[in-house]
Amino acid sequence: MLKQIEGSQAVADVVALCRPNVISAYPITPQTHIVEDLSVIVGQGKLDAEFVNVESEFSAASVVLGASAAGARAYTATSSQGLLLMAEVIYCIAGMRLPIVLTCANRAISAPLSIWNDQQDSMAVRDAGWIQLFAEDNQEAADLHIQAYKIAEQTFLPVMVCMDGFILTHAFEPVDIPEQKEVDDFLPPFKPRHIVDPRWPRGIGLYADPRFYMETRYILHRAMEKSEKTIKEVSADFAKTFGRDSGGFIKTYKLEDADVAIVSMGSVVGTIKDLIDQLEEEGKKVGLLQICSYRPFPRQEIYNVLKDKMNIVVLEKCISLGRGGILASDIRWSFPRAEKKDRNISSFIAGLGGRNITVDDLRHMVERIEKEPVELEFLGLKKELIADKDL
Amino acid sequence: MNEKAEELNRVEKKDLFGSGHRACGGCGQALAARLVHDAAGENTIACVATGCLEVFSSPYPDPCWRIPFLHSLFENPAAVASGVEAAYKALKKGPVNIIAQAGDGSTADIGFQCISGMFERGHNVLYVCYDNEAYMNTGVQRSSFTPYGAWTSTTPMGNPTRKKNLPLIAADHGIPYVATATVDDFRDLQRKVKTALSIEGPKYIHILVPCPLGWGHPGELTVKICRLAKDTGLFPIFEIIDGKVTNVKKIPVKVPVEEYLKPQGRFRFLFKKGVPTEKVAEIQEIANQNIERFNL
Repeated sequence: MLKQIEGSQAVADVVALCRPNVISAYPITPQTHIVEDLSVIVGQGKLDAEFVNVESEFSAASVVLGASAAGARAYTATSSQGLLLMAEVIYCIAGMRLPIVLTCANRAISAPLSIWNDQQDSMAVRDAGWIQLFAEDNQEAADLHIQAYKIAEQTFLPVMVCMDGFILTHAFEPVDIPEQKEVDDFLPPFKPRHIVDPRWPRGIGLYADPRFYMETRYILHRAMEKSEKTIKEVSADFAKTFGRDSGGFIKTYKLEDADVAIVSMGSVVGTIKDLIDQLEEEGKKVGLLQICSYRPFPRQEIYNVLKDKMNIVVLEKCISLGRGGILASDIRWSFPRAEKKDRNISSFIAGLGGRNITVDDLRHMVERIEKEPVELEFLGLKKELIADKDL
Repeated sequence: MNEKAEELNRVEKKDLFGSGHRACGGCGQALAARLVHDAAGENTIACVATGCLEVFSSPYPDPCWRIPFLHSLFENPAAVASGVEAAYKALKKGPVNIIAQAGDGSTADIGFQCISGMFERGHNVLYVCYDNEAYMNTGVQRSSFTPYGAWTSTTPMGNPTRKKNLPLIAADHGIPYVATATVDDFRDLQRKVKTALSIEGPKYIHILVPCPLGWGHPGELTVKICRLAKDTGLFPIFEIIDGKVTNVKKIPVKVPVEEYLKPQGRFRFLFKKGVPTEKVAEIQEIANQNIERFNL
């Protein structure tokens, strides 16, 4: 049913439709509305689940770890500092192959304190062995959660659904919330692989000395790579069942005959599409490559759609300090070395700490790279705020 | 004696925490873990912290556990156990005994917040602290359960502070059952585990487990040192049921703290040529305060 609701409410509603058994979370802006809404759903008896109000994100992640290891479908949500506080557990959840779903309401990281959106938080745990799916809008954010459980429980990999804080979590948009039966038909009940149960005593979380550790990491890496197939299948299955495209590996917009390809992920792709339409009217051919699955990274898909593009610009809301664009590095790595010579891949950092990214900013970005490739630039940087002595 | 009392007082030996672990000779923690799980029985899930117990009992592919064992991190067994309990409730499974367990560093320091949360939320979990009074797994560093005056590798001049009193802090959360125990009295320890598991809600049992390596005593003295810890008044044995201190174990013949300190290398420097220094008198004062406070 189409509802005019807040993004957080949409996520809470679909998470409830996925029938998690255990939900545990700790409040942090801008994630709070999701778990508040879920606590109401549980409190009103509309969802038969245990809602565990914990004393930190670290415990929230540990509670869902324990719940999942005991055979429950488990859910948590967090943001920014909360995700960093969870980091230790985040790695464990992946290493223990527990199919937990987590919503990351993407937010900047301190210091300085900022409650506003960028994507540094989920980037900080990108190597942990979690599938990371980025939502463009609230419909996709909602849909991705339904897919996330299916992907997680088929691959025994945890899934992080990333949605831009405030821009999506607090935005009211029409969102189609499926019926319970539709979700039940799409998402079968969770069949755990190994659980702690006195009927079948086994150890979960043994330690591995140097004779065994490396193989566990290799298997996990291969599982991440192989999850590509599942992500695509589940997305295709979702489109067939629910009648709309959501998720998947990558998406493109007017990319085929574009002279300039913009690569990005998350909610900013909406603004990029507006710019592309404007430029098209002006006779410029610019296209978009949207990364939906950041981990596993769709290297082959990216290569397939970008191999003929000589002018590529990567726009991202995060940075590896001392190195530069993180997504840009991944994109540069997506081409065989011999092919790199004439290809320009420019890197722009934008929107850090909630700085607006306007169509004009993006227009400026395209104009800049038409003149010359840009190694690294902060888009919309206020030079007047920076003293010489700070540089 | 009625049947229930008989069952409570029976010493159980089921080898659920079986042979094949790799603990040092005379390890108090290994003995305590065996007693705890044999008392709890097969219908038990062990949620274990990183630390000595985990390392010597769960190397892949040779764990020595015969009950389900769950480990992830150093500081989170209380939160993991909360999650297991929530899952059992949500899935309408059980009843099952869930025992979160850790050493003193995990319990008193890095995992303290998780434990407080588990107590406060009222999970039906027994938390067992194996207290060997320092971070033994990493090489005998000071924890907040290290007693006054003790040498550790990070308090080379002797620990300047007193032990944190977690049993009382646990009881102040309003949890229904708290107990202290040592590994010399199998019957008492196992009775406390069985009592705890018969009560709904969060429970806390604090067990003193001598560490021959960290404390510097021969392995065969582990049991004797436990007795001395009790008989000097340095480790009071009691239960706290619904907030009231009860079943305090009276000391038959009070022993001077010197006798407890002398066999342990960690206290050796408190004696100069066999003569006790001022610090020994201060430790005696701690024992005296315990004797008075708990009417030992």
